[in-house]
Amino acid sequence: MRIAIASGKGGTGKTTVAVSLSLAIQELTKKPVTILDCDVEEPNAHIFVTLHKTQQMKATIQSCSFDAEKCIGCGKCSEACRFNAIAVVKKNPIFFSDMCHGCRGCILACPEDAITSIQREIGTVISGDVQDNPSIDLHYGLLNVGEIMAPPLIESVLAKEHTNSITIIDSPPGTSCPMVQAVRTSDYVILVTEPTAFGLHDLKIAVETVRLLQIPFSVIINREGIGDDRVHQFCQKENIEILTEIPQSRKVAVLYSKGQTAWAKEMDFTRAIQ
Amino acid sequence: MRVAFCVQNDKGVDSIIDSRFGRSPGFLVYDTQDDSTTYITNAQNLSAPQGAGIQSAQNITKQNVQAVVAHNCGPKAYQVLIQAGIEVYMTQESSVKEAIQKFTNGELEKATSSNVPGHW
Repeated sequence: MRIAIASGKGGTGKTTVAVSLSLAIQELTKKPVTILDCDVEEPNAHIFVTLHKTQQMKATIQSCSFDAEKCIGCGKCSEACRFNAIAVVKKNPIFFSDMCHGCRGCILACPEDAITSIQREIGTVISGDVQDNPSIDLHYGLLNVGEIMAPPLIESVLAKEHTNSITIIDSPPGTSCPMVQAVRTSDYVILVTEPTAFGLHDLKIAVETVRLLQIPFSVIINREGIGDDRVHQFCQKENIEILTEIPQSRKVAVLYSKGQTAWAKEMDFTRAIQ
Repeated sequence: MRVAFCVQNDKGVDSIIDSRFGRSPGFLVYDTQDDSTTYITNAQNLSAPQGAGIQSAQNITKQNVQAVVAHNCGPKAYQVLIQAGIEVYMTQESSVKEAIQKFTNGELEKATSSNVPGHW
C-alpha cells in the first residue's frame, strides 16, 4: 500500500500530515511503516524524528563523455539532443551536463562512436530507522546544490520501498515533474490544503493532476479556522471527500517549530486510516 | 564585419531590440561593409523546454558573425558564443539603428562575462 501526501501549494502541511499519519498508522495497525520523503529539493520529514543506523547512498544518472580524438565535429549529437544540452561550434562539442536527461540519443546519433555513457552523481539517498519506533523507517533524497534533475533522485528514494510495509510518500509541492514522479505509482493520494485563496487555487490544479493520473484521492484541510469556506464549497461541488480538518492551533505550531512530533496526538486520523 | 542583434521583428534597421537572448523572436545580422541586413528567425527556440540560449547561440555561430549585440546574455549562451570566437556587446538602446550607431562609434561595452543568470 502506497499513500502519497501531496499539495499544490507549498507549506500547507504535507510533512506534518505525512509524519503524523505514519505514526498513527503504525500505532493502530502495528504494521511496519516506511516514510519516503521525496521533496528532494528541501527534505524535512527527518527533522521530526531521530534516525539511527543511518546509511547513505549516492544517486547517479546517465550522462555523456565526449572523446575529442574521435569527434569530427559533425553536429549530429546537437541535432539529436531534444534537451538542447549540446552545442557544436568550430567543430568542437560543448556539453552542458546539467541539462542532460541521460536519454542516450546523442550516442545513437554519433557516426564516430565518440560519445560514451557515464554515470553522474546528482544527490544522496539517506536511510535510517526511527529511534523510538524501529517499526518505522525513513528514507529521503538530498539533491546536490545547483542540480535541476529531481525526478531521477525521487525514483531512487521510491526504490527504497519494501513490500511488507505501508509506504507514506511526502511529495514535493506543486504539480510539475517532481510531484508527478512522486505520486504516479501511488495507490492513493491525500491532498493537503489550507482554506485560503492560495490554497484553493493550487488545490484545483492538484485535483486536476491527480485525476489525470487516475489515482483515487481525498483532501485534508489544515489550519482550519483561517480564511474562508471556499475550499469546502469546492470539495462539495466536485464530490471530493474531506478526510479530516486540522484546526489552526498555536500549540501545534509551537511543537512543530521545535521539531517535535507531539502534535501528532492533536490530530484525528482514525477516519483517514479506515 | 557582421554583427547580430536580438530583435522582436524584422523591420531592417528599424527593428526593436528584444531584451532576451535565447528567447528573442529573431536575430538581425547587420553588415558594416554595405549596410545590409538579414533576418534570421529564432522561432524554433521560443517553445524550447530548456536550453534556448545554447541553441540560439549555436544558430548565430552559423551566420558568420563576429559580434552579438544584446540587452542581456546568460552564462550558457555566453560560453557558446565566446568559444565560437564571437564577441558579445551590451547595449541599453531599444532601436537597432541607434545601437548600430553606438557600435560603429565604438561606444558599446564588450562583455567579459554573462550579465544575467540562466532562466532570467
